[in-house]
Amino acid sequence: MSTEYLNMDLLRFTTAGSVDDGKSTLIGRLLYDSKSIFKDQMEAIETVSAKKGEERVNLALLTDGLRAEREQGITIDVAYRYFATPKRKFIIADTPGHIQYTRNMVTGASTANLALILVDARKGIVEQTKRHSFIASLLGIPHIIYCINKMDLVNYKQDKFIEIKKELANFSSKLTTTDVNFIPVSALIGDNIVNRSSTMDWYQGGTLLHLLENIHIASDYNLIDCRFPVQQVIRPQKTNFHDFRGYAGRVSSGVLKKGDDVVVLPSGFQSKIKSILNFDKELEEVFAPMSATITLEDDLDVSRGDMIVRPNNQPKSTQEIELMICWMGEKPLLEKGKYAVKHTTKEVRAIVKEILYKVNINTLHRNPKNKEINCNDIARISIRVTQPLFIDKYSKNRSTGSLILIDENTNSTVGAGMII
Amino acid sequence: MNNYHLTHLKELEAESIYVIREVVAQFENPVLLFSGGKDSIVCYHLARKAFYPASVPFPLMHIDTGHNFDELYEFRDQLIKETNGNLIIESVQKSIDEGKVVEEKGINSSRNKLQTTTLLDGIEKHQFDCAMGGARRDEEKARAKERFFSHRDEFGQWNPKNQRPELWNIFNGKKNFGEHFRAFPISNWTEMDIWQYIMLEDIKIPSLYFSHTRNCFERKGVVMAKTDFIETLPNEKVKKMQVRFRTIGDATCTGATVSSADSLEKIIAEVAASRITERGGRADDKRSEAAMEDRKKEGYF
Repeated sequence: MSTEYLNMDLLRFTTAGSVDDGKSTLIGRLLYDSKSIFKDQMEAIETVSAKKGEERVNLALLTDGLRAEREQGITIDVAYRYFATPKRKFIIADTPGHIQYTRNMVTGASTANLALILVDARKGIVEQTKRHSFIASLLGIPHIIYCINKMDLVNYKQDKFIEIKKELANFSSKLTTTDVNFIPVSALIGDNIVNRSSTMDWYQGGTLLHLLENIHIASDYNLIDCRFPVQQVIRPQKTNFHDFRGYAGRVSSGVLKKGDDVVVLPSGFQSKIKSILNFDKELEEVFAPMSATITLEDDLDVSRGDMIVRPNNQPKSTQEIELMICWMGEKPLLEKGKYAVKHTTKEVRAIVKEILYKVNINTLHRNPKNKEINCNDIARISIRVTQPLFIDKYSKNRSTGSLILIDENTNSTVGAGMII
Repeated sequence: MNNYHLTHLKELEAESIYVIREVVAQFENPVLLFSGGKDSIVCYHLARKAFYPASVPFPLMHIDTGHNFDELYEFRDQLIKETNGNLIIESVQKSIDEGKVVEEKGINSSRNKLQTTTLLDGIEKHQFDCAMGGARRDEEKARAKERFFSHRDEFGQWNPKNQRPELWNIFNGKKNFGEHFRAFPISNWTEMDIWQYIMLEDIKIPSLYFSHTRNCFERKGVVMAKTDFIETLPNEKVKKMQVRFRTIGDATCTGATVSSADSLEKIIAEVAASRITERGGRADDKRSEAAMEDRKKEGYF
């Protein structure tokens, strides 16, 4: 039998586009041409398209899952889509273009390795293109693919593509994303999505699917700074495991090996890794993003929220934190306001010390005078937390560099923070 | 340098184990909904991995429609015995007997929808504050919008338009008194991932998933098993067929697939070649375009 799947890896990507630039069509096309749409799904949308009197099968219907979305012809919430090729499994976080755009795109981008941003070839870069690029960069997504869509409507002209590409390259050089790619496509017709276009001979690069399959993602995880936040303490209370005391968690970053010297934060006690367990198998090492249970040579007092790290490479332990925040609350962010904070496996409380500036997400202009931070706004703030957190810069570590703010009255998640 | 590279199955496993451990850390009294189907079997397997060598620190709850296949009950009891699990059974029959729900009538009647009441009652009776389930986002379009940690109000209802944003892998399980959560550890798995993982980990599953011969009939293009719980129309001829089940639900609404796949290898090959989703045979989803969304809003799992 085929055992290809034993070597497949996983790419999570997010899609962003403005209204009517054909994002849903592009995803529909990707799923359809890669044969990831099933017959019954196709029949269901054919029926609906026909009922609505639409000329072609509306591939967008595949991604609009909720009744309200189909009724209004809009996408409300992040939807997750899945497809696989023999090389890779893909998880698409499909984010809506207009309603709650920032909140949704930040959510989708937070777990993605790659952002796919659509640009309408007729319009070129618009405000939303800049906004999406900025969010992708702010959320530390390592790879961006710009799909210059609707090439069929500009007669597949190379000049148009080159012009937009230049403009985008110029703009994205201001951002932190280093791996930026450009593809001319027509999602409606299917040019350069899965199959090469016969009408754009001038384009020598790969199709979108080819790029998605081949982008190098193995180095996207930080494998240098060893961080193991403890989720749970495992005490079996069984006769054959009488003295067993394991620390369960998921490696945030780095590699942990049996015999490594480690230090437990916040106590600062040192020990060595005695064993690493994955179920009943002992492992020699674990690395990000694996889940495992670790035992130490010494009996230490370790609990949830503690972090196991290497003595010579420790995160910053601090109560004073500066961060970029994407606000998602219905009520505005309050200076001096108090919120609950979740960071790795630790929960503390925080007071917002200062709103330093608000970012205009279209121009990237910083405004220190504007301190009214509403839903979908992005700002730089400083907070003080009740107990030290073990943090890294978000740009170095997406796991120990991120936190969320929670409204203590409503329990809603109101802010996504990226530590500076 | 070593190749620090995870396969997609190992990455999914790591993610699911992380989610299950977060549930146990953030809730006081969680439960795993267990139907005896492959998805809940995989969830239980992951839970055992997550806490090894300790026992799974929560019970399993089976919402039993009473209309399941015998093979399923046998399998369920055997698995619980072998793994020393803690199983709670809440029965839809009992909800009917107590007059809490009324059995549907007619030829396509099913107890699928009635499960919601029994489920919500079970959650309340045992004071569970988080019910984990083996739902996957690839199964159905309303499920594609689910969170890992999904908040339910005091009526057990889901509000898809106002879900909490879920950022990175930081889960917010905070709630007010009377509210509870649903958690879906295998959200990101597809049907294919499940089968590949069952093969990789050598996980036992009910014999119903493998090709066997049984009495069946066809209704609206779907092959149904003939059981005591389902009436056939005069034009529906019962005949012996070689079938297997791609999903296992209530016997009244789960379609069978004509198949000769009698091993995991053959099932994987069949799933790969299939052009119909596994829920294509689920009559409960075909009731309307938003059937799943409507049931979920009411509290269905």
